Amino acid sequence: MSDALPIEVTSPTPLLELRGISKEFPGVKALDDVSFAVYPGEVHMLLGENGAGKSSLMKVLCGAYRADAGEFYYKGETVAIDSTADAQKLGIAVIFQEFSLVPHLDIAQNIFLGREPKGRIPGTIDRRKILADARRVLGTIGFDIDPSTTVDKLGVAQQQMVEIAKAISQNARILVMDEPTAALSDRETELLFALIARLKADGVSIVYISHRMAEVFALGDRITVLRDGRRIDGVRPADVTPDQLVRMMVGRNVDMTYPRHFANKPGDLLLEVKGLTAPTGISDINIEVRRGEIVGLCGLVGSGRSEVARAIFGADPVTSGEIIFDGKSISGEPDLAARRGIALIPESRKSEGLALLRSVSDNLMVSALRKLFPSGLFDQRSAQRTADGLIRQLRIATPSARQIVGLLSGGNQQKVVIGKWLAAGSKLFIFDEPTRGIDIGAKSEIFALIDRLVADGAAALMISSEQVEICHVCDRAYVMREGRIAGHLTRNELTEENIVRLGMHHA
Amino acid sequence: MTDITKDAITPPRSFLSQDAIQVFYRLLAALLICAVLAVLSDSFLSLGNILNVLRQASLTFFIASGLTLVVLTAGLDLSVGANVALSACIAGTVIHTTGSPALGILTGLACGGIVGLLNGIMVTALRIPSFIATYGMLWVLNGLTYWYMAGETLHGFPAGFRQIGSGYLFGLPIPVYLLLVFLGIGTLFAQRTIWGQEIYAIGANPVAARLSGIPVARRLLLVYAVSGTMAGLASIIFLSRLNSAEADIGESLTLPAIAAVLIGGTSLFGGVGTVFGTFIGALILTLVLNGMNLLSVSANWQPLVTGVIVILAVWLDMKTRHRAQ
Repeated sequence: MSDALPIEVTSPTPLLELRGISKEFPGVKALDDVSFAVYPGEVHMLLGENGAGKSSLMKVLCGAYRADAGEFYYKGETVAIDSTADAQKLGIAVIFQEFSLVPHLDIAQNIFLGREPKGRIPGTIDRRKILADARRVLGTIGFDIDPSTTVDKLGVAQQQMVEIAKAISQNARILVMDEPTAALSDRETELLFALIARLKADGVSIVYISHRMAEVFALGDRITVLRDGRRIDGVRPADVTPDQLVRMMVGRNVDMTYPRHFANKPGDLLLEVKGLTAPTGISDINIEVRRGEIVGLCGLVGSGRSEVARAIFGADPVTSGEIIFDGKSISGEPDLAARRGIALIPESRKSEGLALLRSVSDNLMVSALRKLFPSGLFDQRSAQRTADGLIRQLRIATPSARQIVGLLSGGNQQKVVIGKWLAAGSKLFIFDEPTRGIDIGAKSEIFALIDRLVADGAAALMISSEQVEICHVCDRAYVMREGRIAGHLTRNELTEENIVRLGMHHA
Repeated sequence: MTDITKDAITPPRSFLSQDAIQVFYRLLAALLICAVLAVLSDSFLSLGNILNVLRQASLTFFIASGLTLVVLTAGLDLSVGANVALSACIAGTVIHTTGSPALGILTGLACGGIVGLLNGIMVTALRIPSFIATYGMLWVLNGLTYWYMAGETLHGFPAGFRQIGSGYLFGLPIPVYLLLVFLGIGTLFAQRTIWGQEIYAIGANPVAARLSGIPVARRLLLVYAVSGTMAGLASIIFLSRLNSAEADIGESLTLPAIAAVLIGGTSLFGGVGTVFGTFIGALILTLVLNGMNLLSVSANWQPLVTGVIVILAVWLDMKTRHRAQ
């Protein structure tokens, strides 16, 4: 962090400065007089809860939104960013969480999409040149891969590298990254951090949005905290503690301890998985979950955790093994598992958990229809009443049960996904990364909710890449490695070191 | 936690739901067309003409109502017209050979339903996109019907049977009563049963619907079977009204039915639309064609006008819905 200082001394003019930016939408002030400066070659962390205005600021920065008020300065001179083309001219590029790559084209074509070198015959692409150019760009970011590989064969981390290569090939000087490590494994995260260091050394500035405190301190040269659309403070990592940052983000003291009341003795056996093997790459999985327990399922991304969850829920086919739930063997589609009392809160709630264009009420009711309306006749008013009850119980922040669920913040959307299984009266809740992309305040609430569920006799199987969460919340945990259970950790053995040790490849 | 007003980008939805607003616009459009036609043509407002419009609209509606459910699941059934032809020819043969209209009606409905079920199996068990599965089915059914009929025409059915399509009860054509009955059943099914709710959920996000515990495959089978059965029903009305059956009677039915669904505000992307909207869609389509006839506009212009209305309706929908979101 100390090496950031000389950079600022030698270059006191920000590369890009935003002053007094405001942006209003009907009913909400997304950005209110926000000022923000990026210096050459720095990593500028942008912090804030969901809905604090990070995304809006990012969109103003890249020209996707036009600010209602405010000024832009590039190297001290007034400029206008009215369109994405303006932003591109200034060398601003954004790596969104959802990548904008074309899956069936190869890496080189994706990097130079729309700017392909022309071949001798009109309408063709100079293959040799595009591959050579791509190899050169990939080389500058230290990504060793054949540029003729099609993008759909790449993992998330590799796709991210291609996005970065694309930005660099457009001479980006300011790279905005929205939670770039959200879907990366620890190893991939390390590679990304190394790349960021390399870009910094080349004088590229990085605006980095993150929910992970460790990253903020590991990478950041400067931190800007947003709350409710306003800039709260700009600080240097050396001058603050994580707790102080959290207070700035939420505007109040948040109990960062994880709410959990451990039971003295576990209840009856609820789920028993015996020798489960599935074509999705998991084999010989043995798991037990008792009522009143939160059982962790850890391991690296790609170790088969989600596949185990999906197999138990019936979402993927199973080759062999047995799943015994509440004393009865089950096999079949998710509707059967759901009817028996198993709930899956999937990892990607937008694509797998919710119908984004439907109302909060519709989404809350979808799994409970059979239970609430045993006659088969649906009553909108009664559904709405039940939904209102759940909204109050879960403290879902929505103007009404009729609000379209896609307009809620991440944390509130997650509560809707959990709420639909509460309505269904589920007994076993399988959480796949329940706190991904959720702000700190809402995380705490989600854990309090899970705690209450198991205290009431339900059980939870929780997948999380946040080992801190597993350690604080779970009664015990299974650690997976390469599609198998590598070990089991009791409450006393549950430490981050143990999880990492068991989950690591011993190659 | 963020404060409630900060979370809401748009104000809460008004008292009327989006669906109700879309239907309301369509009713207004239908009334406007009526008003214009009443001014331009003396004969438009005659009882005979109005009943004629309703009877015409009912035929389109029977096919389009079942199709609406399919489209709500983000699917498409291109085989409905061909299904009507096959069902009509088979039902006609059964009535001729057994002399029993009741048996003929049952056979027609069953034939339509089985074809629909086969579509459903292709879409669910074989995972063929509905557009392709039902397009293939269209050809298969056409082939079967032409082979079965071998250029023959069936005609001359019992007078009682002919009443279904051309008879009157208390001054109203019988198809109009059937229209009201199936409009009611369709609306109740879509809005007031849990199966209807599940169909909307499947259309809105099939992956999330499956992971929410909805038996997606069974619901899709149901939806395609209903669409086929409604085609079977339409075949009976056709048979009874025309008093004859030929292999090619279905050829001009599928595209108008799809037009009625789209004009009625059901989105091809699934999850949005109503059966009542489809009724209005069928009505608007019939009114415009009727008006063109009354005003002696050449029938050659009718496809063009239909196309323009479909595009206009969908475009307006997209505009109003974008604003709502």
